[in-house]
Amino acid sequence: MLSRVANHIYWLGRYLERAENYARFIDVNFNLMQDLPIDLKEQWMPLVAATGDLDLYNKFNEGFDSKNVLFFLAFDERNPNSMMSAVKSARENARIIRENLSKETWEKSNELYYMMQEGNEKKIWKKEDPRAFFEKVKNQILLLYGIADSSLARTEGWYFRQLGQFLERADKTSRILDVKYHILLPSEEEVGTPLDFLHWMALLKSVTAFNTYRRVYGNIAPASVVEFLVLDKYFPRSIYYCIKEAENCLHKISGNQGGGYKNSAEKAIGELRSKLEFADVKEIIAFGLHEYLDNLQVKINSISNQIDSNFFTIRDNFTKQTTVQE
Amino acid sequence: MKTEGYKSGEHYDEMFTPEGETRAHYLEFCETLKKNTAKKMHHLQFAANQTQRSMGMTFNVYHDNQGLEKILHLDIIPRIIPNEEWRKIESGLKQRTNALNMFLQDIYNERRILKDGIIPSELILNSKDYLDPCVGLTPPKGIWCHITGTDLVKSKDGEYYILEDNLRCPSGVSYMLESREIIKRAYPKLFYKRGVMPVSDYPAKLLQMLQNLSDKPKPVVGVLTPGIYNSAYYEHSYLALQMGVELVSGVDLIVENKIVYMQTTQGLQQIDVLYRRIDDTFLDPLAFNPDSMLGVPGLFEAYKAGNIALANAPGTGVADDKAVYAYVPKIIKYYLNEEPILNNVPTYLCREEKDRAYVLENIHELVVKETNAAGGYGMLIGPKATKEEHDKFRELIKNNPTNYIAQPTLSLSTVPTLTDEGIEGRHVDLRPYILYGKEIEVIPGALTRVALKKGSLVVNSSQGGGSKDTWVLY
Repeated sequence: MLSRVANHIYWLGRYLERAENYARFIDVNFNLMQDLPIDLKEQWMPLVAATGDLDLYNKFNEGFDSKNVLFFLAFDERNPNSMMSAVKSARENARIIRENLSKETWEKSNELYYMMQEGNEKKIWKKEDPRAFFEKVKNQILLLYGIADSSLARTEGWYFRQLGQFLERADKTSRILDVKYHILLPSEEEVGTPLDFLHWMALLKSVTAFNTYRRVYGNIAPASVVEFLVLDKYFPRSIYYCIKEAENCLHKISGNQGGGYKNSAEKAIGELRSKLEFADVKEIIAFGLHEYLDNLQVKINSISNQIDSNFFTIRDNFTKQTTVQE
Repeated sequence: MKTEGYKSGEHYDEMFTPEGETRAHYLEFCETLKKNTAKKMHHLQFAANQTQRSMGMTFNVYHDNQGLEKILHLDIIPRIIPNEEWRKIESGLKQRTNALNMFLQDIYNERRILKDGIIPSELILNSKDYLDPCVGLTPPKGIWCHITGTDLVKSKDGEYYILEDNLRCPSGVSYMLESREIIKRAYPKLFYKRGVMPVSDYPAKLLQMLQNLSDKPKPVVGVLTPGIYNSAYYEHSYLALQMGVELVSGVDLIVENKIVYMQTTQGLQQIDVLYRRIDDTFLDPLAFNPDSMLGVPGLFEAYKAGNIALANAPGTGVADDKAVYAYVPKIIKYYLNEEPILNNVPTYLCREEKDRAYVLENIHELVVKETNAAGGYGMLIGPKATKEEHDKFRELIKNNPTNYIAQPTLSLSTVPTLTDEGIEGRHVDLRPYILYGKEIEVIPGALTRVALKKGSLVVNSSQGGGSKDTWVLY
């Protein structure tokens, strides 16, 4: 497969996943708001903080009301990570490598783009309850995954897209979890109160993990939620699961059947996977959840860089025509 | 939907005779048309537009601020061509392609036709499209113009005239293929009932033709594109997808020891045949335009060494120059000793004194064209232009006569077209596609371009033209 094409497929996977996760982010807060006691103000700042774009947000906005935050996260093209930017980038990557996609997957990502445009024209962020729109966007992306899953050959291209998707998802799950760190409780004493539990539940719901969590752990307990979303071996959005799948994709691409590593990207991801595999949630909490997640995000970034230098820019005199994507 | 009020006017109408009778080859279609309500027809049209949009069947218009991507409007009333009429077009195009290919081989090698004084040498050798690096070259299998998209129009007399031979990188074939798929959905039963010759095997034929250019048993084929900002990018990716070959751009390729390689995730892989959709002079900055960012340094050397086949061969542009066009009937006679089957439009060459005097005198009745401009740019339609425009072109011609030709205004035939005001006649042209592989084959279909503006004769997509599906009947 052409390196340039592999590059675009990888980023297509990342951007689609990013758009879907932003839809989930937004859902966390709406889930929360509805259960809050009336005297408590809704908090939108944590959402922005978790995406890592707080500075950018403050450049364009004053204060954190729901409309501004929604616009910034969903439709603002000045925010390179907004849903709109991600969907546009996904479609642009898909357009460049259309000959490598099935007709249906291309058409779905094209429709997704028009869906976002329509939302923008209708000023969805001003709606009282815009959740139906985000649900629709999320479902469109899931439909695309479904079509791809049942129609694409499991060759290199497939694994490059999966690789992008799982790395992006690992990063985003860590950020959704981090929202909790940024949400302020009225006071120290509120830790462990019903309000605190409400937060954790909203978080689980936003990654469609609530029911599965219940079945495995029963009661809501912060350490258990962290364990579930970071270390669970079977839940497809847990960070460990995503990293393990991404590692598997790299092995498929290089033809590695014996374990260990064949290139520096495999080495980096293998190390991270084994760390997660043998981690204990008590250690994570003792280390500090926020710091631990921060650390993870840095490692995922460096894995992405290794992938780039191993597969996309291997030729010395290769002139980069494409702009750097991140 | 009603067609009673339809006026075919003074032009040749493809569906109705001047007396308002439906022509025989349109009978079945008209039956369907009459059964459908106006609302149903507009609904079918809407559905077709939606499909085009979600397929991303877009083209880019240069210098247009309204956003990069546009949809080429597809009218849902097809242009239908009876079999007998098609047979003539087919044999005429085969003859023409054959002669033009011999002409190209000749002018880059022996130059017999120039030595025999059939065509003035300086017209060919001084042309900016005559590529000196190609002198003495015979491309693989002796084929120069692998893919041709010739433009024809039907005039008042009901005869077809060749308007232009497009021998470089003719585009539009993806519209022919995709439009058919969309129109099939609009009239599912009609195709079955009337019998329309299929075009869907075009990508397979194209691939076969390209593979034929290499002697390897399983040659690696690619489509070379300038990239997503090219107006025909949709088509490039569409054809690569349909043929199941790589779509490559200049940055994907590297030449080492006169062999062309693609950069893949598993290292370098040799490529044998390129269907290139990049203009001649942008192919290789070392051989041609040194500023080209699109091409591949060393590609031409690899081509000369016989390590890569290019379709179309570099250098074909000289033969579809509008001044050379005037000589094509002579070219056919010279190489094949046959009378041309299809008509040329009478053409006045401004480079010749007598012709020029006639053009300057009668400019208000003529169409003036730049000899090497495409897309309907640099063109004057005499009868529709103002006095100032006439004068402007008179000056242009006087200052640079070799750059201009003139032709009488042709009356383009019309086909009924769905508009907001009901069904009205709109002018059309016809672009069939010809493949030169083991033999010459004309694909039984075409891109019919339609001028959507009432009375307009400009069918170019960049200037408000749309398209129609073209049915060649069994």
